[in-house]
Amino acid sequence: MTYNQPNNKGFYGQFGGQFVPETLMTAVKQLEEAYVDSKKDPLFQAELKELLKDYVGRENPLYYAKRLTEYAGGAKIYLKREDLNHTGAHKINNALGQVLLAKKMGKNKVIAETGAGQHGVASATAAALFGMECTIYMGEEDVKRQSLNVFRMELLGAKVHSVTDGSRVLKDAVNAALRAWVAQVEDTHYVMGSVLGPHPFPQIVRDYQAVIGQEARAQFLEKENKLPDALVACVGGGSNSMGLFYPFVNDESVAMYGVEAAGLGIDTPHHAATITKGRPGVLHGTLMDVLQDENGQMLEAFSISAGLDYPGIGPEHSYFNAVGRAKYVDITDEEALEGFKILSRTEGIIPALESSHAIAYAVKLAKELGADKSMIVCLSGRGDKDVVQVKERLEAEKEVKK
Amino acid sequence: MKTLQMTLSNKKNNFIPYIMAGDHEKGLEGLKETIQLLEQAGSSAIEIGVPFSDPVADGPVIEQAGLRALARNVSLSSILETLKTIDTKVPLVIMTYFNPVYQFGIEKFVAALEKTPVKGLIIPDLPKEHEDYIKPFINDKDICLVPLVSLTTPLSRQKELVADAEGFIYAVAINGVTGKENAYSNQLDQHLKALSSLTDVPVLTGFGISTLSDVDRFNKVSSGVIVGSKIVRDLHEGKENEVIKFIENAINF
Repeated sequence: MTYNQPNNKGFYGQFGGQFVPETLMTAVKQLEEAYVDSKKDPLFQAELKELLKDYVGRENPLYYAKRLTEYAGGAKIYLKREDLNHTGAHKINNALGQVLLAKKMGKNKVIAETGAGQHGVASATAAALFGMECTIYMGEEDVKRQSLNVFRMELLGAKVHSVTDGSRVLKDAVNAALRAWVAQVEDTHYVMGSVLGPHPFPQIVRDYQAVIGQEARAQFLEKENKLPDALVACVGGGSNSMGLFYPFVNDESVAMYGVEAAGLGIDTPHHAATITKGRPGVLHGTLMDVLQDENGQMLEAFSISAGLDYPGIGPEHSYFNAVGRAKYVDITDEEALEGFKILSRTEGIIPALESSHAIAYAVKLAKELGADKSMIVCLSGRGDKDVVQVKERLEAEKEVKK
Repeated sequence: MKTLQMTLSNKKNNFIPYIMAGDHEKGLEGLKETIQLLEQAGSSAIEIGVPFSDPVADGPVIEQAGLRALARNVSLSSILETLKTIDTKVPLVIMTYFNPVYQFGIEKFVAALEKTPVKGLIIPDLPKEHEDYIKPFINDKDICLVPLVSLTTPLSRQKELVADAEGFIYAVAINGVTGKENAYSNQLDQHLKALSSLTDVPVLTGFGISTLSDVDRFNKVSSGVIVGSKIVRDLHEGKENEVIKFIENAINF
């Protein structure tokens, strides 16, 4: 049966929905209408396609990582090179689409949340391109951890609002952005950065990121004349993974692996393994798996990678997990760091710490699958933003050893 | 007609204070005396807030109160246990985000409410589209699910929201979070009057109300007011007398 989610109420099985205050209902309904219209509007689609080609630099390569494959000693590993996009990650695919939508709706201001800063940079970039006013909400902790991205956003003309509520990370930035949206909903669009939030956001972000899987599928067919056996991508909120997975959803022979951040380990309190350790709950407008205590209070997520540091996961991922369409696995901080180093050394590609989780799992999976199999790994972003953090960590480890 | 609506329909200048359960130096032990104080001052009903880690509809005053309550290990389940022991003539209204209720179990929640003086529910992140999570369980009980109507709600939707409303209609007076002051639009009074004319269910106005002149203004164009952040702040600062005086003045306009 052809996959056909979400339903007309914005649910993926039991997950999804629109759990937002009444003040936002008109805005999410307006967004839904504008989005449906835009899909039928050839001019809109042509403008987006042209931007993706000439501005983002798509299509980006599907690269056969020969030396990484040899290192892993098993299945062939192909990398979908989202790291080569303008701004260095997959986030721009969605930011451009949503800023175009905002323009279509006559909204001249955009706001967005950001964790590591990649979605903030992508949104600020898209806003600069269209001359729109842009405010980015970022947890105070992340502002400190990612000061270079803060400077980038400011260079691009955005205002960065440091969020001092709660644990001062991504979850709190989303709270602040939602509150700001309520206060200026009539002239402002909220550029949701992942497949999260009230319907239609999870669908819109999935569809704008689906270009990843559409290209990768066609490229793989051309190179190998068959479909891959597996797809691997990291999952925080889950936008790069859903972008890769979704175009393969009806290809039953293709297995999907979403790699969650296990932080210090899933048996410690310090992880972001939402599917493994969470259960269904409502946060930020949607029903999805979340990390929460027995009373339904959200727990803090933890990961070396700021982009995976979120206690929820997109509702469609919860659905994929519930029906068994995708498998969700965990990679610790240590393993991710190893992946970061391995890809740098074997292929000369420095991956983002987020994507390093996918690399680390791909190496394990390649061995399990064996040499006659193949997989596509989403290399969702480049690692320049993480180099300083990794350097400090490795130096600290050396100190301890001395 | 359910108790909550009957109580509010019978008078003008209704005053509903909001308090955060467990935000008291004695924790939930202090809830009873706060309810008594608000009842004696002349409240029509009392809104009891359930703390939540991510209260996106609330401003900083209520968010902080919630964090203080959570730090005292207050939970929906301990609040329900406490409410069972409280005897009050004014109807209580629980204000909670949806997730604590969803985790507790909706049927179990409604069953527990029946042993308390709670007569209404306000769930700001459960819009009309999702009321079926709760409504079927309370239809034949003396509990109302109070709808919120915002300034961004178009007229056609306002009509849908009030059509089967019970208890009262919560008119959100600003586009913003609770406790945001001095932001009322000039068209607000007209909006409230028009909204009230759509229904026989009492319309009460809330969000950002902190002065007696606000109260006077909204009593003229609706059936009363809901005051949260001001009450929560005053109680936290130990200004019980100020709260009593404010309520007494508010209901005597």
